[in-house]
This record gives sequence, structure tokens and C-alpha cells, in this order.
Amino acid sequence: MKKNFRPFTLKLGILLLLLLLWNCGLSFFHGWVTLWWLGLLVNFLLIVGIAELIGKMIPSFYAPLYRRSLAVSFPLLLFLAWELLVRGGVLSPDWFPPPTRIVQALWELITKFDEFSKTSLLGRPWLWPGALWGGRPETVGELLAESHLYATLMRVFVGFFLGAIPGILLGMVMGVSPTIRTMIDATLSAFYVLPKIAIFPIMMLIFPDPFGEGPKIAVVAISVFFLVTINTMVGVRDIEPVYLEAGRNYGARGVQLFYHVILPGALPVVFAGLRLALGTALIVIIAVEFVRAKTGVGFLTFYYWEILSPEKMYAGLVVVMVLGVLLTAGLKKVEQWFMPWRRP
Amino acid sequence: MDRIKIRAHNISKVFSSNGKGTVVALRDFSLEVREGEFLCIVGPSGCGKSSFLRILAGLMSPSSGTLEIQPAEDPLKPVTSMVFQEYAVFPWKTVLENVAFGLQMRGIPRTERLSIAKVWIERVGLSKFIHAYPHQLSGGMKQRVGIARALANDPEILLMDEPLGALDAQTRTVLQEEILRIWEERRKTVVYVTHSIEEAVLLGDRVVLMTAHPGTRKAVFPVPLPRPRDLRVTATAEFGELTYTIWEALRGEVLAAMESMGKEG
Repeated sequence: MKKNFRPFTLKLGILLLLLLLWNCGLSFFHGWVTLWWLGLLVNFLLIVGIAELIGKMIPSFYAPLYRRSLAVSFPLLLFLAWELLVRGGVLSPDWFPPPTRIVQALWELITKFDEFSKTSLLGRPWLWPGALWGGRPETVGELLAESHLYATLMRVFVGFFLGAIPGILLGMVMGVSPTIRTMIDATLSAFYVLPKIAIFPIMMLIFPDPFGEGPKIAVVAISVFFLVTINTMVGVRDIEPVYLEAGRNYGARGVQLFYHVILPGALPVVFAGLRLALGTALIVIIAVEFVRAKTGVGFLTFYYWEILSPEKMYAGLVVVMVLGVLLTAGLKKVEQWFMPWRRP
Repeated sequence: MDRIKIRAHNISKVFSSNGKGTVVALRDFSLEVREGEFLCIVGPSGCGKSSFLRILAGLMSPSSGTLEIQPAEDPLKPVTSMVFQEYAVFPWKTVLENVAFGLQMRGIPRTERLSIAKVWIERVGLSKFIHAYPHQLSGGMKQRVGIARALANDPEILLMDEPLGALDAQTRTVLQEEILRIWEERRKTVVYVTHSIEEAVLLGDRVVLMTAHPGTRKAVFPVPLPRPRDLRVTATAEFGELTYTIWEALRGEVLAAMESMGKEG
């Protein structure tokens, strides 16, 4: 054990020294501006070597903690490199505003009420307690109505439910009945490959208020519907035949067979479909908001491109990312609640 | 004891494989099973033994032939319950819910069916795992759940489709002993399909040997070993002689089955 320990520390020392020399040397000879990509690459390789050496030295008890800290610290390091490259004049702040300024812009978006468009990102939550205790709860509704995040969230939620519920029903019917499946499958597949955003103009044509919420929610619902239908159908068809045999042999017929065998048997694939559909719903709603909306996170991001405010554009993207992560995590929770038998 | 429980006469089953001709799984298969008999069916792969079991279970209807099953005195009792090779224990139900499943489908009140299920779970030694889900159990434990589910349903006839086929040798031996012990208590009519001659001789009152492509009955061997049996019987000379006799009759069939598989492949 002791024999192995020394060479590790020695190697680690050499690598750390190389890292220091490389960065100081490159800075001293002003190499960063032209060779910044090489600088980053060598730094990355040296850091990988150091991380691996530390990983071998660390007691196995701390290994999971160490791995998690690697996963967290790498993006932080990336942000640091980004920040330094912009400050050093290598990357243009017009295209890649430094992370600190993006955070600043995000904070500004959260706290500021835009007088011109009468909107805010979150709907000024610091005013809610006053409105609630001050006896004017309807103000909270008004405040939410000005929120970009709330607008996007509502469109995704309503569209998702309006698409997912009929999708699950039709998918189940198609999975169970070969006749209905043969009749509908080809048509469904044809619609499935159509980029759903392409039907947005049709929706605007159909709805009485082309610029209202109707067409936006409809596009989300339709995109969700096709994905969920096809996945549910596959889920029903992929149930192990032996489960159906067992169900029938033990006396389950019709509704009982459906409730006790087909529905739970298809659920894992149905949820895989719902996860896909949620991702697609986010893509579609952001795209729709780019094109035609006066509220929403997508609109916000596009708006700040139009008025050339890159750090706020990036802030909008950060909000979209956070939204995606939170919604996916929420669906995961619902999934665990519905399928306790799959919990590890 | 001598009442005939199942009378299958000239049963044939033909599968049509999607416009590519037909496969004859069973041809003119006749068999009588007495009430309270433990009957084992042995044969090479593809001899239609699983098809016959599914016809008995009512999961499949024969292409031709007649099948008579003596009705039970109690019309509410299920005719058959099956134990499957792949366990077919529902992953979305706990051990307790799985074992109570047949009773639930028959509309037996919750408290009653749960107490019956608990008795059977205890009898197969899974009391500690009563609220566990199948993914937390080993293969042998899952099949114990499968057996308890069938027995809790209290069927007229217990059908077992290579129930131990997917288990390792030691787990299989343990479960063979358990099946013997449980069967001796009630002496229910059992039709037991297996690959293993030793298993058939150890468990069965008679062993039916089948040929493959198409599946027909080749021979029937009575097992004269005394009851109640346990694993000690495998050490006797009669056991060895009988298994060898059956193997001699089966060997030609297995070779023929392997050759025909080779030709198809």
C-alpha cells in the first residue's frame, strides 16, 4: 500500500506543475488569443489526468461523493473558462456574454417589471403576500397574467393533458383491437412524421382568434397526442403474452383483464411516451412563441434577440432549461407514484 | 380414485403460420387422466406438450378432437389453474395480490381472499416477502409465488407447464421436494409437463412420452414407486431403471427432433 502511495503523489505533483507551467507560459507569450483552443484542450487533458489520479488515491468510501463532485465541478470549470476567455478578449461578449452577466441579466428579468410591455418573468411574486393578506386575492391572478413563465407553463400543461388523455385512450384501443389498428395505423404514421410546428398556420386559420391561446395550445396537444398514441399502442402490444394467458386462465375477462393486466402491463412504455411528449411539447411551444406570441419564455428570448440584448437572450435560455429539468423531474415523480413496483 | 377426470380423444392442433403453410403441433393425441392422479408428460422440444396444456386450460381450442373434463361438485370452483414456465407472476402486484388474484377474479370478498392467500404464502415459505414486489425476488421465489397463486385458487385440475425449467439445478431440487410435500396433502389432479425424465418419475403416477413433429403419444409408463415419496426415492434401483427405460424410448425422438431442427435451420 505504502509502496503505491508515493508514485501517485509524485505523478500528481508533476501534473499540477505542468498545468501551472502551461497556463503561465501561454499567458506570458500572449498565446491565448490565437491558440485558445489548444490551451483549453491541453488544460482539459491535464485536468482529466489529475482527476483520475485523485480517483485512484481516494478511499472507496468517498468514491461516490468524489464522482458527484466531479460531475458538479466540471460545468463550473467550463463557466470559469468561458468567463476568462471573454474577459481576456478571446471570445466576443456580443455572442457569448460571460456567465456573470447572464446571471445578472436573469436577476434583472426576475426582479424587474417591464413598463413598456407590461410583463415580468415570474409575475412579481414578492407582491403576492401583500395581495393575499391585504384582501385582494384577485390581484395574484392579474400578476400571473403578466408572467412569461406562467404563460408558457400553462400552454404546456393544458396542451399536454388535452393531447395525452385522448392519446392514451386511442392507443389502448388500437393496442387491443387489431381491426382498428390496421385501419388507423398507416394514417397515424403519416401524421407522426410531420413536423408538428408545420400545422401551426392551420390552427391559426381554424381558431376564431388566431393570436390567442387556442392555436398555441392546439399545436402542443396535437404533437403530444401522436407521440402518446403510438407509444401506448406499442406498450399494449409488447405486453408479454404469458401475462395475458395468466390473466385469462385465472378468470379475468373484459374490463377486469384490462384493469389488472393490460393497463399496468403497458404503463412503462406509456410513461416513456409521456416523457418524449413532454420534451416535444417544450420544443413546440418555444418555437410557437418565437413566431407569434406576446408572452412566454420563447417570446422573451426572441424579443431580446430583436433588441440585441444577448445576455438576456441567454437568460431566457436558462429559464427554458430550468423549466425542462423541473417538468421532467415532476413527471418522474408521477411515474413513481403510478408504478411503485418499479421503484428500485 | 378411479374416476376419469380428463378424457381427451384424438386431439389435433394445427397452427397456420401467416400464409407460409401450416405446422401440426398435435396429431390424434388421446389421453385419460384419473381423478387425483399426478400425470407427467415428457417429450422433446416442439412435441406440442405446451399446446396440449393450453387446450386443457381453455386458452386455446383444438383444431379437431374432443375434450371432456368431469365437472366439479362445486360449480364455483375453477376447473384449471396453470403454473407457467416463465412464472407469469404479475410484476405490478405484490406477492399477496398475486396469490389472491384468482380469488379476486372470482369475486371472493377481500378479507377472505387475503386470509386464504396468506395461508398459501406461508406454506411456500414466503411470509417475509408478503408485501414485496416480484422484482425483489429470485427466480425460485417467483415460481413459489406462481405455485401459491395456482393452489390458492383451489382448482379442480392443476396444470404445470415446465414450472422448474428456468431454475438452476439446486433450486429445482428444493422446489421438487416442496411440490411433492404439498401434493401429498391434497392429492389434487395434476398434469405436469417437463423436459426432465427424473423429475417426471420422481413426481408422477404415470409418465406419458410424446414424439415431436407432429406431437403424438408414443408410450405410457406407470411409476410403481410407493407414496408418499421424497427425494430418497431417487437413490433406489427402481428409480434408476425406470428413468433409463424411458430415456431409451425417448433417445430416438430427441435425435430425430435435433436432426429436423438442423434441416430447418
